[in-house]
Amino acid sequence: MNNGIIFDIKRYSIHDGPGIRTTFFLKGCPLSCWWCHNPEGMSSQPILVRHSNRCIGCGRCIESCSTGAWSRSTEGRLSYDRRKCTLCGKCADACPSAAIEIAGKEMSPGDVFLEAKKDIPFYDQSGGGVTFSGGEPLLQIRFLLACLHKMQEEEIHTAVDTSGYCEESTILDAAKIADLFLFDIKHIDPKKHEYYTGVSNHIILSNLKKLDETLARRGRGRINIRMPLIPGINDDSENLEAVAKLSASLKTLSGVNILPYHSTGEGKYRNLGMEYKMGNVLPPQDKKIAEALDIFRSQNIEAAKGG
Amino acid sequence: MNERIECLRKESFETSPSVSIERAVLTTEFYRENEGKYPIPVLRAKNFYNLCEKKTIYIGDRELIVGERGPRPKAVSTFPELNCHTAEDFEILNSRPMTRYTVAGEDIRTYSEKVVPFWKGRTLRDRIFSNLPQLWLDLYEGGCFTEFMEQRAPGHTALDGTIYRTGLLEFKSRIARAMENLDWINDPQATEKNEELQAMDIACDAVILFAERHAELAEKMAEETTDPERKAELLKIVDVCRHVPAHAPRDFHEAVQTYWFTHLGTITELNGWDAMSPGHFDQHLAPFFEKGTREGTLDREKAKELLSCFWIKVNNTPAPPKVGVTAAESGTYNDFTQINLGGVTEDGADGVSEVSYLLLDVLDELQLLQPQASVHISSKTPERFLRHACRIMRRGSGYPSAFNSEAVVMEQLGMGKRVEDARTGGTSGCVETGSFGKEAYILHGYLNVPKILELTLNNGTDPLTGKMIGIASGDPMEFHDFDDLYRAFEKQLIHVVNVKIRTDNYIQRMFARHAPAPYLSVLIHDCIKNGKDYYDGGARYNTDYIQCCGIGTVTDSLSVLKKHVFQEGSIAMESLMEALKENWKGHDELRQFIWNRTPFFGNDDEYADSIMQRVYGSLLDAIDGKRSPKGPTYHVNMLSTTCHIYFGKKLGATPNGRFAHVPESDGTSPSHGADRRGPTAVVKSLSKMNQVKSGGTLLNQRFLPSVLDGDGGLEKMAGLIRTYFNLGGHHIQFNVVDTETLRKAQKNPDEYRGLLVRVAGYSDYFVDLDDHHQEEIIARTAQESF
Repeated sequence: MNNGIIFDIKRYSIHDGPGIRTTFFLKGCPLSCWWCHNPEGMSSQPILVRHSNRCIGCGRCIESCSTGAWSRSTEGRLSYDRRKCTLCGKCADACPSAAIEIAGKEMSPGDVFLEAKKDIPFYDQSGGGVTFSGGEPLLQIRFLLACLHKMQEEEIHTAVDTSGYCEESTILDAAKIADLFLFDIKHIDPKKHEYYTGVSNHIILSNLKKLDETLARRGRGRINIRMPLIPGINDDSENLEAVAKLSASLKTLSGVNILPYHSTGEGKYRNLGMEYKMGNVLPPQDKKIAEALDIFRSQNIEAAKGG
Repeated sequence: MNERIECLRKESFETSPSVSIERAVLTTEFYRENEGKYPIPVLRAKNFYNLCEKKTIYIGDRELIVGERGPRPKAVSTFPELNCHTAEDFEILNSRPMTRYTVAGEDIRTYSEKVVPFWKGRTLRDRIFSNLPQLWLDLYEGGCFTEFMEQRAPGHTALDGTIYRTGLLEFKSRIARAMENLDWINDPQATEKNEELQAMDIACDAVILFAERHAELAEKMAEETTDPERKAELLKIVDVCRHVPAHAPRDFHEAVQTYWFTHLGTITELNGWDAMSPGHFDQHLAPFFEKGTREGTLDREKAKELLSCFWIKVNNTPAPPKVGVTAAESGTYNDFTQINLGGVTEDGADGVSEVSYLLLDVLDELQLLQPQASVHISSKTPERFLRHACRIMRRGSGYPSAFNSEAVVMEQLGMGKRVEDARTGGTSGCVETGSFGKEAYILHGYLNVPKILELTLNNGTDPLTGKMIGIASGDPMEFHDFDDLYRAFEKQLIHVVNVKIRTDNYIQRMFARHAPAPYLSVLIHDCIKNGKDYYDGGARYNTDYIQCCGIGTVTDSLSVLKKHVFQEGSIAMESLMEALKENWKGHDELRQFIWNRTPFFGNDDEYADSIMQRVYGSLLDAIDGKRSPKGPTYHVNMLSTTCHIYFGKKLGATPNGRFAHVPESDGTSPSHGADRRGPTAVVKSLSKMNQVKSGGTLLNQRFLPSVLDGDGGLEKMAGLIRTYFNLGGHHIQFNVVDTETLRKAQKNPDEYRGLLVRVAGYSDYFVDLDDHHQEEIIARTAQESF
């Protein structure tokens, strides 16, 4: 079986590659970046997400739960105990206001295609296609390859949004089919990279090089470097210049996108009962973004803000 | 914008609308003296002549395009022969908080003494209302439909290019020839035709005289002025007004003035719905622009200045105010003059010219309420033009709207028009399709489709009043399956439509007999040839549109009934009816369940979309091809303008979770908050409606400015429009939302579930963000909107 776990699907996705796209978010990621705005995608397994602002306090979740994961506190608030939960999904089905969601659903490549197919007229008109993001899509490589094959058969443009952290053979397998890699570079310094993401960047940088060579040999497929710009973490000019130099060395570079940090993920951490380590870091100022773009442009790289 | 335009714009923008009683007083005096002396068409033409001869002529300081409907800018005439305002109506107009019209106290006294007594019981409205069946009145008062011809004349007219090639003197010789050719022996209608043609001839003289009076005033002003520059401008105005519209225009300036006199003539003669529209104005003016720039007598700036002068003139003519109950409701000053840009030419070539871009720039610079501009996109339209239009759309004023030329043509071919006449057609009013200059396409009023479902669920009784206004279509508690319910809904629908059509056919004849429009008839093809008035089926094509509202609300409601009540049995009919009766009070859980667990229209979901198709099919079956006195001329239109708000007020809670008295879904858009899968899903759902079977659909799409920013945003906006049109969509417009909307979204997140916002490197649904970030986005948007 080549089925995969998907935690979100976005149609009219316009920041994940060229044109109008549908983005599939594959669950599970080997990194744990402090600033991740999709924390529900980190673990490989389905996860229960609460949308507390929608809750009407009816208590159907308590009635439907057979393991006692849901209870009502003395103040009348509903509380959820993740340790007792078996993720059976009965509470999500019972909740009338859709305040409980199980993020992570098994899908077959065929299911993915049925969903992707709906917007083919938009891809055709706008030069768009399908993007696989995550999480880390390469973590579910068999499923991903099956999806990419299906899209290729149907002549749909594909993009893979990756951290680059995987076995070399894995990313090179994807390089045989995918049209575009949205490749994240978070930091050039291995130690800092490890500190903020949980893993060193040795494998990532090596994979980037191999990917570039493979795509160049293949004569098809490009790399788009995407760099989150995070004040105080990776926005120093030394780091930016190093990333620019690295990008400029790529034979198949299509451009660089600077993604200014935002703290939108914070609420999700709360809903998931996870710790948000970014504290009070503010989004970068426009001036800083412009400076970063200039550093890339001075290397003759096509650089843009946003996706 | 140069200084002249800045001044004129400021004056137009700042002058508050007022009522002028001049037309009413002149008309009353004329009728008092002449009614009964002439056949009615001739009486109407002579009244029109009298108005053109005596009304106050206005030429403003610095104006280049001249002429006003009233004695000064934004002074609106009244039309007592159709319906007569009372002193109380004027008091309401004077004092209401929204869309006020100032009326001088002295004018109210004069009106009460001279105008009101004469028309009491003899206005067309009085005569019509004295003769309407109770069945119709019950449904009308219950809010099942509205009636367009009740307060204003049927109109809804746009012109083709004829007036730029044919002066009124030439029209007069055509009229004379038609009179000579009357067959007095074999044609039993020769007398009526002769009367109508006489009337048309008088109407031509009236407008020539109207122009001449402007020439005289300009001449006098030229003599008096000490400013040599203004003197030269005034002398040019004299020259222009002595030449057009008696003769065909010779240059760009004359062409614009020709249209403006024509426009004023038609809105002085009567107060037809949607004023008058120039149709494909860019195509009509392009030859004059090319000639002028080739000969060196015109440049872009000069052309733009003249177009701006014209634009301001249209803004100077607010919609005529209503009377009675409707006067108390806030309406709009917009009289819906629409200018079509781009599109295709008669032979099917691309219609975009330099003038199209100029007009878009004027629209963007002036930022006025009127006129509205729309861009018409065909597969031949250059991408540059669409992008230029998108750039203006995303600034958030909602203009221009976008139409699909190919769909507009196909709709007309389906109604049996020649392909050339379909291509020179387009849209006017909001989204209504017609063959410009060749068709009377009359709006008959809106149909409240969700209300018809409400009657069905109450076996013909209006639950808001307890009055039986529909037919007994069966007790819903006894329906075995969804089809039982649907058949009852269809019965109810056919009943309501038939009651409306029967009465509409009567009202149409009342207008044809008592309020013919000879001047309008001169301008529309085949009225002269047929010797018949525009209102009497004289035009080459005749269409009667009934505008069906609330497709989103009715589809979603039926989806709830089908899925939960009949298929899954998860909701008992009794409980649902009780919740509706109590406006969901105490039934929040049920309402949440419905809102979150039902397939709704606008999500590219087959379950809901197939219900929409079924309802749309029923509307076509009930309306399309129904007969009027002019033939099988009834067609479906799918716009709601702002009527979904009024209809919502007249509607109790609906099964889709909607509360009582709040607006129902607008146009063909999904219910607010029901579309949750983004704009491509909305477009896909809409494309499942066989739109070319209608005379127009309307799709509103909401975006935040930041979703569409940058070149990428522009391309993707253009891509969305093109794809919708490839899929057969008729119209789309973008509401690029402001802070106020976002605040509302915070308060009522359920209604704004589909509102996409650009968060940072990606977009998300606004209501899915937490408070903190909603605030952040609001702060950011406020900056971006200026």
